[in-house]
Amino acid sequence: MDLQHFLAMGGYAKFVWPAYGLTAAVLLWNWWAARRTESEAQVAARRRLELAQESRS
Amino acid sequence: MMRTPTSEAARLVFTRDLTLAWRRWDEVAQPLIFYVVVTTMFPLATTPDMSQLRLISSGVVWVAALLSSLLALESLFRADVEDGTMEQWVLSGQPLGWLLLAKVAAHWVLTGLPLVIMSPIVGTGLGLPTSAWGILMVSLLLGTGTLSVLGGIGAALTVGVRRGSVLLSLLVLPLAMPLLIFGARAVGMQMDGDSPLGALQLLAAIFFMALSLGPIAMSAAIRISVEN
Amino acid sequence: MTWTWFHKLASPPHAYRILGRLAPWFGWTALALILVATWWGLVKAPADYQQGDGFRILYVHAPSAWMSMFTYVVMAIAAGVGLIWRIKLAHGAAAACAPIGASFTFLALATGSIWGKPMWGTWWVWDARLTSELLLLFLYLGYMALRASFDDPQRADRASAVLALVGVINVPIIHYSVKWWTTLHQPASVTKLGRPSIELAMLIPLFIMIAGFQLYFGWAVSRRLRGEILRRERNAAWLREAA
Repeated sequence: MDLQHFLAMGGYAKFVWPAYGLTAAVLLWNWWAARRTESEAQVAARRRLELAQESRS
Repeated sequence: MMRTPTSEAARLVFTRDLTLAWRRWDEVAQPLIFYVVVTTMFPLATTPDMSQLRLISSGVVWVAALLSSLLALESLFRADVEDGTMEQWVLSGQPLGWLLLAKVAAHWVLTGLPLVIMSPIVGTGLGLPTSAWGILMVSLLLGTGTLSVLGGIGAALTVGVRRGSVLLSLLVLPLAMPLLIFGARAVGMQMDGDSPLGALQLLAAIFFMALSLGPIAMSAAIRISVEN
Repeated sequence: MTWTWFHKLASPPHAYRILGRLAPWFGWTALALILVATWWGLVKAPADYQQGDGFRILYVHAPSAWMSMFTYVVMAIAAGVGLIWRIKLAHGAAAACAPIGASFTFLALATGSIWGKPMWGTWWVWDARLTSELLLLFLYLGYMALRASFDDPQRADRASAVLALVGVINVPIIHYSVKWWTTLHQPASVTKLGRPSIELAMLIPLFIMIAGFQLYFGWAVSRRLRGEILRRERNAAWLREAA
């Protein structure tokens, strides 16, 4: 199908595109949130390590 | 050393809770009053026309009964956990599930049962016909009983949580949806002239399942809340 | 049969490393599959006889709904394993699943609702699938709320595990009761999200998308679980090498 037909989605464009857009948004959020919780945990673990080493020395 | 038989221990718990509540009967009355107040809100919010209220009467009576039951459930275990009684029970060697079930049963007698008895009166205010009273009370009997068990699980999980009553409702209400569906629809079917038996049987099945599996979940939850 | 491989898997440092190595494989493959499925679903697959191009929402709605239920079951099994065998890693896996599952449930509801508007004219309809998804969302939110209400992580793990197990037993009951509820009154013409016979050509992008979502789930759980492992580990020794 050509680009115009693709974008128009047979008249259902205003339903199909928001649906796919939402999907992309949710997948992106999950991607961002998963990476963030992992890196936050890494930072916190590193800090705990440093504190433990400090208190020992 | 002779150990008290479990049935004796459970009976003691049951009568103790009833006796304690007897001294604070105003606390027992509160859910009942709430029930009447909430059901009164619906005509005020919609219409005084009985024929229209009748359409939603079975649903409103049921939802209000569930919400009123839930109100009282938050404090089910709190006092005993806070003063250390629960810890003693966990350590006592008695099957914890039976003791907790006895507590839940006492609680149901104090809250669920009055709601069941009150329901025809409240239903009449919403246009519920007399012909549906029997099914209404039977369905609420099973429903409030099941809710007491489900609420017991929720209360056991949230007993240490500050202001846990909203959390308790959030946890228990989704689990109670099937009850609502079968119970309220049974009454509705009776009102429409259909047979409510199928719905009641499903409701009874859920009730017995809750009765048998609920104490396991409750005692697991209590142990988690009490152990340090 | 020795269980050493199992115990090794459950050891946090080992799991941390393995998940770290697996994640990129999951992630890139998932991305590829999802992109292929999107192109296939939007371009290559033929339009539906009744619904035209509107039916293409199926390719995001159905996989989301599937993942929402799959994730809950995985979460409940992980929670159960953690509770019964006292394996912290399993509790961490359950915690990792929850936000992923909840977001899939939300997506299933949103795409289902969007799909419903052109199909039956309203933004919402109380059909069996959507109502069940809504109740599933409540179960997820309750689980996450319970977890968040505890300061003690061990208590949070174990209490929410009990809730997850109670929930998973309830899920089939909820599904059945909702289905029963929708069949009571036969509505005049509520065409649900069903469609007549669906051709194989229309199903292929669906399966590819589901595969992509599953691998995406694997990636997201791996990354989150690594974070959960770090949060639960007090012993600094292996952390030094990991960080």
